[in-house]
Amino acid sequence: MLDLPPVNRSMTQPNDIETLRARLSAERGREYWRSLESLAETPEFQSFLHREFPQNASEWLDPVGRRSFLKLMGASLALAGVSACTRQPVEHVVPYVQQPEDLVPGKPLFFATAMPMGGTGVGLLVESHEGRPTKIEGNPDHPASLGATDIFAQAAILGLYDPDRSQAITRLGEVETFGGFTTAMAEALAAQEATQGAGIRILTETVASPTLAAQITVFLARFPAARWIQWEPAGRHNVRAGSRMAFGEYVDTQYTVEAADVIVSFDADFLCTGPGALRYARAFASRRRIEDEEADLNRLYAIESTPTNTSTRADHRLALKPSEVEAFARAVAARLGVAGAGDATAPAGAAAWVDAVVDDLNANRGRSLVIAGDAQSAAVHALVHAVNDTLGNVGSTLVYTEPAESRPADQVADLQTLVNDMNAGQVDLLLTLGGNPVYTAPADLEFAAAMDQVLLRVHLGLYEDETAARSHWHVPEAHFLETWGDVSAADGTVTIMQPLIAPLYGGRSAIEVIAALSEGGGRPGYDLVREHWAGLSGLSTEAPAPPPPPEPGESVDGEAAEPAVPPVTAAPVPLPSPFDREWRRWVHDGLVPQTALAARPVVLQPNFAVAVAPRAVPAEGLEIAFRPDPSVHDGRFANNAWLQELPKSLTKLTWDNAALVSPATAERLGVENGDIVELARGARTLRIPLWVAPGQAADTLTLHLGYGRTRAGRTGDGTGVDVTPLRTIDALETAANVALSVTGDRYTLASTQDHWSLEGRNLVRVGTTEEFEANPEFVRELGEEPPRTLTLYNEDEHAYPGYSWGMAIDQGVCTGCNACVVACQAENNVPVVGKEQVLAGREMHWLRVDRYYTGPVDDPDTYHQPMPCQQCENAPCEVVCPVAATTHSDEGLNDMVYNRCVGTRYCANNCPYKVRRFNFLLYQDWETPSLAAMRNPDVSVRSRGVMEKCTYCVQRINHARVAAKLEDREIRDGDVVTACQAACPTDAIVFGNINDPASRVTARKASPRNYSLLAELNNRPRTTYLAIVRNPNTVLEEARLAGAGGADEAAAEATD
Amino acid sequence: MAEATHTSPVLEPGHNFKTVTDRISDIVTAKRTPAGWFLGFGIAFLLLLLLNFTIMKLLFEGIGIFGNNIPVGWAFPIINFVWWIGIGHAGTLISAILLLFRQQWRTSINRFAEAMTLFAVACAALFPLLHTGRPWLAAYWLLPYPNTMSLWPQFRSPLIWDVFAVSTYFTVSLLFWFTGLVPDLATIRDRTTSKARRLIFGVLALGWRGSARHWQRYEVAYLLLAGISTPLVLSVHSVVSFDFAVSQVPGWHATIFPPYFVAGAIYSGFAMVMTLAIPMRKFYGLTDFITMRHIHNMTKVMLATGMIVAYGYANEAFFAWYSANEYEVYMMWGRMTGPYAWSYWVLISINVVMIQLFWFKRVRNNLALLFVLSLLVNVGMWLERFVIIVTSLSRDFLPSSWDIFTPTRWDFAMYAGTIGLFLALFFLFVRLLPAISIFEMRTLVPEAKVQRAEHHG
Repeated sequence: MLDLPPVNRSMTQPNDIETLRARLSAERGREYWRSLESLAETPEFQSFLHREFPQNASEWLDPVGRRSFLKLMGASLALAGVSACTRQPVEHVVPYVQQPEDLVPGKPLFFATAMPMGGTGVGLLVESHEGRPTKIEGNPDHPASLGATDIFAQAAILGLYDPDRSQAITRLGEVETFGGFTTAMAEALAAQEATQGAGIRILTETVASPTLAAQITVFLARFPAARWIQWEPAGRHNVRAGSRMAFGEYVDTQYTVEAADVIVSFDADFLCTGPGALRYARAFASRRRIEDEEADLNRLYAIESTPTNTSTRADHRLALKPSEVEAFARAVAARLGVAGAGDATAPAGAAAWVDAVVDDLNANRGRSLVIAGDAQSAAVHALVHAVNDTLGNVGSTLVYTEPAESRPADQVADLQTLVNDMNAGQVDLLLTLGGNPVYTAPADLEFAAAMDQVLLRVHLGLYEDETAARSHWHVPEAHFLETWGDVSAADGTVTIMQPLIAPLYGGRSAIEVIAALSEGGGRPGYDLVREHWAGLSGLSTEAPAPPPPPEPGESVDGEAAEPAVPPVTAAPVPLPSPFDREWRRWVHDGLVPQTALAARPVVLQPNFAVAVAPRAVPAEGLEIAFRPDPSVHDGRFANNAWLQELPKSLTKLTWDNAALVSPATAERLGVENGDIVELARGARTLRIPLWVAPGQAADTLTLHLGYGRTRAGRTGDGTGVDVTPLRTIDALETAANVALSVTGDRYTLASTQDHWSLEGRNLVRVGTTEEFEANPEFVRELGEEPPRTLTLYNEDEHAYPGYSWGMAIDQGVCTGCNACVVACQAENNVPVVGKEQVLAGREMHWLRVDRYYTGPVDDPDTYHQPMPCQQCENAPCEVVCPVAATTHSDEGLNDMVYNRCVGTRYCANNCPYKVRRFNFLLYQDWETPSLAAMRNPDVSVRSRGVMEKCTYCVQRINHARVAAKLEDREIRDGDVVTACQAACPTDAIVFGNINDPASRVTARKASPRNYSLLAELNNRPRTTYLAIVRNPNTVLEEARLAGAGGADEAAAEATD
Repeated sequence: MAEATHTSPVLEPGHNFKTVTDRISDIVTAKRTPAGWFLGFGIAFLLLLLLNFTIMKLLFEGIGIFGNNIPVGWAFPIINFVWWIGIGHAGTLISAILLLFRQQWRTSINRFAEAMTLFAVACAALFPLLHTGRPWLAAYWLLPYPNTMSLWPQFRSPLIWDVFAVSTYFTVSLLFWFTGLVPDLATIRDRTTSKARRLIFGVLALGWRGSARHWQRYEVAYLLLAGISTPLVLSVHSVVSFDFAVSQVPGWHATIFPPYFVAGAIYSGFAMVMTLAIPMRKFYGLTDFITMRHIHNMTKVMLATGMIVAYGYANEAFFAWYSANEYEVYMMWGRMTGPYAWSYWVLISINVVMIQLFWFKRVRNNLALLFVLSLLVNVGMWLERFVIIVTSLSRDFLPSSWDIFTPTRWDFAMYAGTIGLFLALFFLFVRLLPAISIFEMRTLVPEAKVQRAEHHG
């Protein structure tokens, strides 16, 4: 900007530049770019910008100019027909002066890193196009990922580019510099030297970063009286308390799910949420494929109060109120002979269940596994530890290790102490490094009011959120894809996180902020992490001396040879230090070897029985179960539009939360979906709409955290209801004695699937192990597939001699975790449409997961059916398109030609699977620059009026084709992995060449469980499904069938 | 003559060549336009402005301003398209088929029925174009024009057949209508006192002098065009029905659709002719020309075609059951009991139950009642298309995808707007062109018959 050409004559204020020059030169060099923003707010600068483009800028203000402008516009409109074609914008391409190594434009690179969340980390490989991260995959080498990801990791890429992230350091709302911040902090810390930091409190989320923990420890060594508090709103407080109760110390439990024949889950969603879920899901799935000889089907019992994804794959599921789950666990423990477990009587109506579960566990001692959910009380966790011990499962289906998180603590008590200290005026400096405690802290702590008592409040966060609004200083946090760091996975394996891009908004990581407060001053995160690990490794960071260059003219065998030309001597390449050799490998691989925690022995506490004295069970009344939201978790993802619009797996709700209530309870209360009720716990009240959830326990309301944010950003503000007002420190997970009153008001909730029932259609095929063994062909017999010879045309006319792409989706292991849906959205630039458009039925997901219920409404079986394009060989969409915009490829893909599409929507009408999506309006954001950088450059960004749908990730097929051609070979099985397949934790989706007899997809399709959806229409879909085979306990199954009677067929019908 | 068997003549007695010519051409040549015309045209024009506004909004914002969604990809625009096309059919039937069958009663209604056809097709043609996502491309990409990319339309798509069917239909209808107008245009040219009108009508009359050779050529051309038009009556709506019948959607995929659609089209078309004829004959004093005979005949045609349509409904229901196809069964059951059951039952009560009133002579003589009933028939036929399109799409194969369609204000605005376009064109037509064929009416007066009798001796 300072290198402007000589001042243009038309500039009306020639002094502008001089003023600005003077102003700019007054700034210190390093702060120059930081201060532009503040500079921009001055009227002089605005005027300068305005006048810099004098030819157009003022046209609309100047009457004569406006007229000529209109004339020009008229002329250009008239001439528009002459130029005919769209004029491309002029862009300047600057070639690399020095081409970065390995970087071929158009060819993505992958870098290993990890996503930290909730005190654990998942290893990732991030796809980078010319320096822009665009897509996240799991790291196959990482034990907590095994190549899979969850929805949060998939959606993190949108979080990175979120234009609503905070973009400047502010003090009381004024933009400041980092230098200003460190100066202010230095002053504040200097004042604390005298008291050894008694007034300092550091508040973080659960930390699983060894470097950060070490730095805070160093900081605490400097200020011994300071305190470090961790607060994870949807944290594993009871898990830790249960571990303390059972063993007297904090230990982590690692499950070997694949070794268990019988699994009992007390409210545990271990296949979908929590540390290690991806690994457990993979392990669980490996035991659910009946056609595999070695896979002896396991059996899963789920006892829970609100339906979870895990329980949808359970062979038996029992819905109990939250207070009853503990009673059930006690009964099971007592019957299994756990000393001091308490009452052995089962909750009402569950006696047969206790018998069955106990019998099955007894029969599988050492090969069974009991898992308690995060929301269950500490006593249940302690009991479950004892049960597993009694059953002899420790060492075979589970092991105990040191905690993977950096410093396990009683977070609830710590937070209470912090609030008390703040209220007592003992806190002078509160450093909130990540997290949003003002929003997430339990209501009765009145955290915000207490925080106002603190003299100096600092907040580091991705957004200027509720906590930032109450802080003096706000520092933008660097996204985990922008920063160096490290994180321990569930099993302790450490990943060195490397940045994929320089911080978009100049953010800092918590490591850097703490370092900046230390005596050493601010240092880059790279140095900090590297130093920490260099120290731990004990290896030298000194580079050895470079080897001397070989003597010229001397060859290997000693014979003197005269070179024709003098040799070119390169500069000596510096050799890596011993540490660097390791470090580079760690960073490259995405994990530090041998950091997984070793199994360790634990001993049950002798006074265990006393500690688990049963709590009072309320006999009557409604109970609440608080859960992190399936999509936005504890509210941290509230501004992530992908997650907001992601249909929650079991309710299919988008953009809102609602109080889940069972159909029976809804009927008793006389309410239906969308009715607003007022819930009261003592003086605390909350108005929230209801949603009827089949499978919900009677008299139980599930409230999801994370909604009702007021300062989340443009996307998240005003979505849903904040349920924290009912959540108190003594009722973080469950609350009893809740009063409910129907207000008569209604609220519109946007669900993407209004119908729950299969209507008796054979769309989802289910059988039991018994049925399968009696007749392995039972799945195919459930439907009718017209023979291929039944055609008027030449059967061989459309042979697929080359590749023939196909997909098989195993419903038997699909937990409905939605990772595939978000992965597809990220890979294929699928737009978000917003709540209004979802209500209008216009969501754009290329891949959706259909959810069906069968059986009685209060105790249904739940099935997930991922629904990508079926890529029919006889595609009904193709023949009806008047402009041939959707055509068939010779590899069997049903291609969509966006440029040719005129948008008649006939193809969508004629698609029996309804997988086609239409851009009814301009859904893509063409304006926001950061979002442009996020998009996958291999996939067209669709505009208004165009149909789109799943392509089987044709861009990935073509990448593989190019790679194969370069190596002069065929595409191998596994070369093409679709985005949904890559993300899937249970390996439910397999894609490949069905012409290849050795491919995995061919093997899957050869399974007797394989069937085509709506095969009778003779569309010949390339996507096929594998039926579900349940492994029920005959005792319970017979009881259920007898109890359900004729009601089994009475399918749940939507209340629309 | 046929009149003997009927109670009412096709032309009331007391008319001669002059009275017929005067009465009809005076409407066109009159200096003063009646105030009522301005009122009617004004209302129609306001609706036309609404149409313009809606189209602008549509082009700027996209098809999303309507209520369409996935699964209901087609809704109001296609309903309106089929409805308007259907209405057009009566005009062609009256002018072509009844001409070939030498039904003299067609003479006094064929001119404005043909005009109605043209205007209805014009309204209809707006919808398939504007309902697309990118109308500026759909406007010509559906046509098979040679291009450097060697890209042709997908000839297997019924929408391409539609393009040919509708454009052929419009062209032939226009030619037929204009050919029929030529002698009358000459009459106006000769009778008008206004210079401008003489010039315009003179050009339009193509030098018609009424010579025997002119008449001979005219008769041949007109008959040929009638012959060409006749299959169109059957083909156009058959092709329109293929949009549905060719698809897989339960409720669309039915072989009965072509005849059932054609019958429905004629049924609704006659209802529209009635809707227009009853007020027109009253306000322009044409009761002598459009007599109760016409009204009766049209009512009978409506009754006959309405019964065919009712048979179609019964047939659909029967075959849904008889096919034992669970999707068809559910679709039929869903129509009767689902979220749109009201539309099905209103449709049945109009198109099956209400039309039974046409059996009664007292009803056929009651013009006010007939006017209301014919409006209701148009409502019923609109609902028929609504039921076929929306209920079938909203619940097809996978229950997970079922969704409700809710029209927006713009859906209604566009529909009302095309009614405005139709009425505005019709008002202009009535004012500017002879709404009844003068020369053909003259063949009905007794003088014409006497001459002929003498001639044949």
